Amino acid sequence: MTILIIAEHNQQTLKADTAKTVAAACQIGSDIHVLVAGFQCSGAAAQAAALVGVSKVLVADAACYEHQLAENIAALVVELGRGYSHILAAATTHGKNFLPRVAALLDVAQISDVIKIESADTFVRPIYAGNAIATVQSADAIKVLTIRSSAFDAVNEGNSAPIEVLSQQNEAGLSQFVGEELTKSERPELTAARIIISGGRGMQNGDNFKLLEGIADKLNAAIGASRAAVDAGFVPNDMQVGQTGKIVAPDLYIAVGISGAIQHLAGMKDSKIIVAINKDAEAPIFQVADYGLVADLFTALPELEAKLST
Amino acid sequence: MKILVPVKRVVDYNVKVRVKADQTGVDLANVKMSLNPFCEIAVEEAVRLKEAGIASEVVVVSIGQNSAQEQLRTALALGADRAILLETELNLDSLQVAKLLAKVVENEQPQLVVIGKQAIDSDNNQTGQMLAALTGMGQGTFASKVVVADGQVAVTREIDGGLQTVSLKLPAVVSTDLRLNEPRYASLPNIMKAKKKPLDIIAAESFGIVLQSQVKVLKVTAPAVRQAGVMVDSVDALVAKLKQEAKVI
Repeated sequence: MTILIIAEHNQQTLKADTAKTVAAACQIGSDIHVLVAGFQCSGAAAQAAALVGVSKVLVADAACYEHQLAENIAALVVELGRGYSHILAAATTHGKNFLPRVAALLDVAQISDVIKIESADTFVRPIYAGNAIATVQSADAIKVLTIRSSAFDAVNEGNSAPIEVLSQQNEAGLSQFVGEELTKSERPELTAARIIISGGRGMQNGDNFKLLEGIADKLNAAIGASRAAVDAGFVPNDMQVGQTGKIVAPDLYIAVGISGAIQHLAGMKDSKIIVAINKDAEAPIFQVADYGLVADLFTALPELEAKLST
Repeated sequence: MKILVPVKRVVDYNVKVRVKADQTGVDLANVKMSLNPFCEIAVEEAVRLKEAGIASEVVVVSIGQNSAQEQLRTALALGADRAILLETELNLDSLQVAKLLAKVVENEQPQLVVIGKQAIDSDNNQTGQMLAALTGMGQGTFASKVVVADGQVAVTREIDGGLQTVSLKLPAVVSTDLRLNEPRYASLPNIMKAKKKPLDIIAAESFGIVLQSQVKVLKVTAPAVRQAGVMVDSVDALVAKLKQEAKVI
């Protein structure tokens, strides 16, 4: 029983999601290979080799893998994957993009967003936006899983697994990379932050999100948003926390002007401590909050920022 | 250019589902059912491409029980031209759905498939990618912008940390994200017109595909309920709680 994990990285740096996926794999078995497919990605490969629990790193370093196009990555993983009992990737937009393609080409099901490993063939995953939890058992020869990284604690570093260089080049010729616009931010990423402060429709407009920035800076927090705030055009979609956005589980989640729609709760209800600030005392967010404050956010936020500095 | 739009009948997004006491699933009796929101966005995008003169025909297809005709009629009222229902009583997994859709693609030969990125019941986010794999097409998932020109489709994708644009050879599969468009409401005259549009019903079993999944649902349970917390009366009290009780700041 050998497990293959497809790493997520930006060539130089491995994403924290991969270390969390390794943690999930460790609960399935002990022979764990990590595939780093990219271009000039030796930095990421070295970091993968350092993860405790990894027995081998495979590196496919070629221009056709530079932009992680699903068609090319899937072709590579299918070629390698037949020898494995399990193929895992993080349930990020990258993992969700290429892994179902792999599963279909291997003629097996994919089990999405696994939050718990029961055994080598039995897994737990949320359905209906987390309003129900399904335990499923797979009889497929190869189990293909995406792992919800917020449900697993990253493995430590301190290993030096051997690195094997692959020569495969899979240019499917179906797609081409045109461009990328990445949001530049000094703040931690939503899925990696220890503290998150999110704004909802109550913020009224995009400019008012500045009120969250000062607090975020003081707490070294990431800034998120509800789907209502994204739909209203206040902020971009990559800030969205919820069923259709990012699933997070930080130590502290501060929801400001967020009513607490089912689909938002699905994205943050596993946070350790939840704070809700809303002027509507009846807002459903208070039912999941550890600490609730009924207040007008336009007075509460500046006050909170001031109090944090003392 | 013909566009195929697969759609799914799901529990309405405003319904808070309840898990059945025998843990076999969620209770769907007397619950409001709707067109999956991402599928609605997919229908809207296809209809807009037709209105722009880029597409000539929009075909919607659904797989499920006879009652899914309702959602197909909704799609027709939004502007699709005709509908196909692959009827089955079985609850299919994404792989089986993708295999059936691949057969529909083979028969219909669309230049573009526009599909919702995920259904809000199973939350799988797999079918579009699997269909692309099985038909050998390129895929543009989680689209926030779709531009068709010169035998290619440029898809701007919502990815972690920002946006990515890829160009795909046609035919291709595009899966829709939230910001792609804002679906219209069906007008009463269009709802009436939709009743006369063609809707073919074919038995899903007639395609010769094994429809049983290798994945068995052992049980479905309710999520752990969070303990109700406390209300604080001031920002000072909140900061004090976070520092001294929760010790998170």
